[in-house]
Formats: sequence, structure tokens, C-alpha cells
Amino acid sequence: MTTASELLAGQKRQLRAARWAEFKRFARRFSRNRLGMVGLGIIVTLILCAIFAPLLATHDPYLPQLAKRLSPPSAEFWLGADELGRDIYTRILYGSRLTLLIVVLVVITSAPLGLLIGAVSGTYGGWLDAVFMRVTDVFLAIPKLLLALAFVAALGPGIINAALAITLTAWPPYARLARAEAMIVRNSDYVNAIRLAGASEARIIFFHIMPMCLSSVIVRMTLDMAGIILTSAGLGFIGLGAQPPLPEWGAMISTGRKFIFDQWWVATVPGFAIFIVSLGFNLLGDAMRDLLDPHLRRRT
Amino acid sequence: MSHLVEVENLRIAFPTEEGGHAEAVKGVSFALGREKLGIVGESGSGKSLSGRALLGVLPDYARVSADRMMFDNIDLLTAPKSVRRHLRGGRMGMILQDPKFSLNPVMRVGMQIVEAIRIGDKRMAGSEARRKALAVLEAVHIRVPERVFDLYPHELSGGMGQRVMIAMMVVREPDLLIADEPTSALDVTVQNQVLAIMDELVTRRGMGLILISHDLHLVSKFCDRVLVMYAGRIVETLKADRLHEATHPYTKGLLSCLPSIDGSLAPLPVLQRDAAWAEATP
Repeated sequence: MTTASELLAGQKRQLRAARWAEFKRFARRFSRNRLGMVGLGIIVTLILCAIFAPLLATHDPYLPQLAKRLSPPSAEFWLGADELGRDIYTRILYGSRLTLLIVVLVVITSAPLGLLIGAVSGTYGGWLDAVFMRVTDVFLAIPKLLLALAFVAALGPGIINAALAITLTAWPPYARLARAEAMIVRNSDYVNAIRLAGASEARIIFFHIMPMCLSSVIVRMTLDMAGIILTSAGLGFIGLGAQPPLPEWGAMISTGRKFIFDQWWVATVPGFAIFIVSLGFNLLGDAMRDLLDPHLRRRT
Repeated sequence: MSHLVEVENLRIAFPTEEGGHAEAVKGVSFALGREKLGIVGESGSGKSLSGRALLGVLPDYARVSADRMMFDNIDLLTAPKSVRRHLRGGRMGMILQDPKFSLNPVMRVGMQIVEAIRIGDKRMAGSEARRKALAVLEAVHIRVPERVFDLYPHELSGGMGQRVMIAMMVVREPDLLIADEPTSALDVTVQNQVLAIMDELVTRRGMGLILISHDLHLVSKFCDRVLVMYAGRIVETLKADRLHEATHPYTKGLLSCLPSIDGSLAPLPVLQRDAAWAEATP
């Protein structure tokens, strides 16, 4: 029996090696996409900035130094100081935490919500599908920022409420996507096979249909992140997102607007941060789509 | 002896675009004990539909009616959906045609068998279910079950995939197994292996088996009795070893289309259809 178990161990090792090789192949295919690597670099930098903000910062993000208000970029204030003399570079660093927080909050709430609604209505069809899809249509028909505005106005301003409001506007596309995938999968043989084994509808939806919708939802999710950042900055800009003194990028642009002709750096620097991070997410999303989207993959 | 399955006058119809109904199965009756029953017929003759109607997995828009449809003294026509769901997998299983499409592509095959076990017995411990899955893989002649357990469906060959599918369906030891063309996606040598495995399992565990196929020879070798279907009706019922005594012209026509190794070298005859076959009841 030792030979059999040795054989088995050897085969398991081979299997693991094969999976590792598969992963490396995936990584190599990804690294061949230059722009995707740029996007990944930007996002990794953003995450590192958020984690190590206290170490990288040169000042306190909240402590005003009124004597030095609106000082231009210099050795002391690398990217200048704002209207209360706070270092903009430091505030950008701390602001990356808020940006990431909103993005993560929105993504972990809206994608599963849309996925669930889409998978259920795609699988069942009939009146349930009709009801869910008409609700989705209604949400899709209202401009995103306007709907978010209305929700924030009702819930009160604040960063969590902003994330919640964006979630409520962000789920319909996921529902549409998941529904389309679920309608393809629901009649496939393996779903029938597990139904023949006596599985309940809930089990079929959760374990056999939803995983098949995941890849297109993930692609859409990465592409959506830029939009989420812009929307949250928009909410911050009109004063309904993060509240002062939080260093939210949109709110920073909003205060800088008053000085835009004489002290351009106050509004420009956070604007640039938003631009670069959105670009990073878009590039990453494009690369992910090229790699993961089942429809594109089949073609090549 | 009461029969395991009794079906009388089963009819299945689908709505058509014009608002009417197209009948795909027109009054099928048969009874099955713990034996091996073959159903043969050409495509569209309603053999798969009859099997699926027994399990209750036809789409909602299909209209199923019958005078009587009994499974082990349970009336399938009046049984609520939950009862039928418990019957599926636990007491009746079905093997599908193509192993490439009938296993979930993103789940390890072992986990799919474990899932089938767990559906039946929710309290069974994970290690126990795993042990049972390995045992059933061994029973379908997979040589290193521990390795196959961790593979994904695309890493299996067609024959292995079909054996995994069989394992998934027999693991809960159903009383009735319906095999819907289980070997038509496989090549001839693997076909024989898979059939031998099914034969062994069915005989040892005393299951009833319905083998749906279009291969008359294969069915006659393997089954006790053969039903021949044509256009939604059963045209003839035969003992498998008395196939040459067939009386219905359709069966005779089918038999004469088969080449034989020491037969004449003349071209095989083409089946001549008769419109009356679709109308008449034998």
C-alpha cells in the first residue's frame, strides 16, 4: 500500500504544481498588458498610501496653522497648504483612506445585492422576474447623482450615508448582468443534474448559478469603481458627503474653489488625485475584462 | 407483486405559437418492476420526455396528464412539489447524456458528490460524507478516488465524467434509476465499461432501471424488456432476447437497417415510414 500512497502523494504534488503554473500563466498574461500594469500600480500605491498614511505624512491633517494659510508648494508644504494652513499632501494621504472606504463599502453592498436580485429573477422568470426588472428599470431611469442626492438629503449627510446612497444607485447594472448570465445557465445540463439529485431552488441559485455570474460581475465592478469615486467626490463637493474637517477629496476641491484664481493648488491637487485614481481603476478594469470576461475570452 | 412504477395513458403537450398545444407524448402506458427496461425510439419520439415526467423536472409550461402515475404506491400526479423533490435523488435518479455539460464546471467533482449526499442527509459530518463519496467513486471503478475527488470536470475524460455522474446519482441508492442515453457521448469501448458498471450497481443494489437509448442492439443486450416508441406512442413491447420476433413493421424496419457481419453485402434497406404508425395504437 505504501506505493499507492506514494503515488497518490506524487500526483497531488503534480496537481498542485499544475495549479501554480496555471496561476503563473494568468499572472504572465496580465503582466503583458502594459496599461493594466499601470492601473494595478496606481491602485497598489493608493492602498499603500492609505495603510501607511501616518508614516508618510509630514504634518497633522487636522491641525490648522493660520499663519501659514494658503502657502504655495514649498519644502515645508510639498503640495501647498489650504485655507486653514493644513498640509495638502498630508490631507491627500488621509483622504485616500476615505476614498477606499467608500469604494469598498459600495462594492461589497451593491454587487451582492444586484447579484442576488439578478440571479433570482433570471432563474425563476415569470412574474417575479417582471417585478424585479421593472424596479430595476425605474432605478436605471433616474440620473445617478440625483438619486444619490435625494437619498443623502433624506438620510442626512455623512460618509456612511453617502456610501449607502451610492449603493442604492449602483446595484441595477449588476442585477441586469447577473440576470442575463443566470438565464443562460439555468437551463444547462448541470443545473438539471443537480435538480435531479433533489437540490432545492435556493441551493441551485446560491451554489450553482451565482458562481457562474461572478466573472462578469467582477469585471463590471472594477470598471464601476472609477464611477463610484467620482460620485462620492461629487457628493463631497456639494457638501453632502464627508463633512469637514474630514479630508475627503471632493470636499477639498469644494473649499479650494474660492481660491482657484490666486491659489490654484488648493483645488487642483485633490482634483488630480481623483483623476489619477479613477484612471487607475479604469485601466485595471479594462485589463480584467480582457482576462476574465467569458464572452471576450471565447473569441480569442 | 406490485410494480415499482406504473404509468397509464401519459400525455405531455407543449403550447405552440398559435395558441394551441402540440402533443409530444400521446398516451404512454407501462409498468416497471425491479428490472431493466429499455426504451428505444428515434429523436423526438418522446422517450426522454416520459423519463423526465416521471421525475417531475419538465418546465412549467409543459402540460402533463395521465390516468395514473404511481411510484412505489405514491401518486405522482397529486404529490406536492416538496414530496417530489424528496423523491428525486433519494429514491429516483437520472443520468444525463453528456458528462461535459452535466457537471458544474467550477466545482470539484468530489464536492459535487458530497453535495448530493448532503442534500439527502443534512446532518452527516463532512468527513463521513467524504468517505462515502470516495467509496462510491471506487464503486464506479475509478482507480485513485482520492485524486479524482479534487479534480475539476474539465480535468476528467468523458468516460470518467460519466462515471462521476453515475456515482453522483447512485450514491444515495435510489430505487429507480433513469439513464437518458448515458453512453451516446462516449466511444464504443468506454460505452461497454460504463454499461457494465451500471449493470453491476443495478443488480447488486436491486434497483429498477430505465435505459433510454436509440441503439436497439445495445438495449437488447443489456435490458430485460424493450419498449419501442414512435411519434409519442409505444408501438411494441418485446422481451429483449426475442427481438427477432418483433411484429410491428417499424421495429422490423429498424432491425433490417442494422448491418450484420455475416449478412448479405447488398445496400441496407431504408426505413419506409407509414403514416398509420403514428395514429394506430397496438
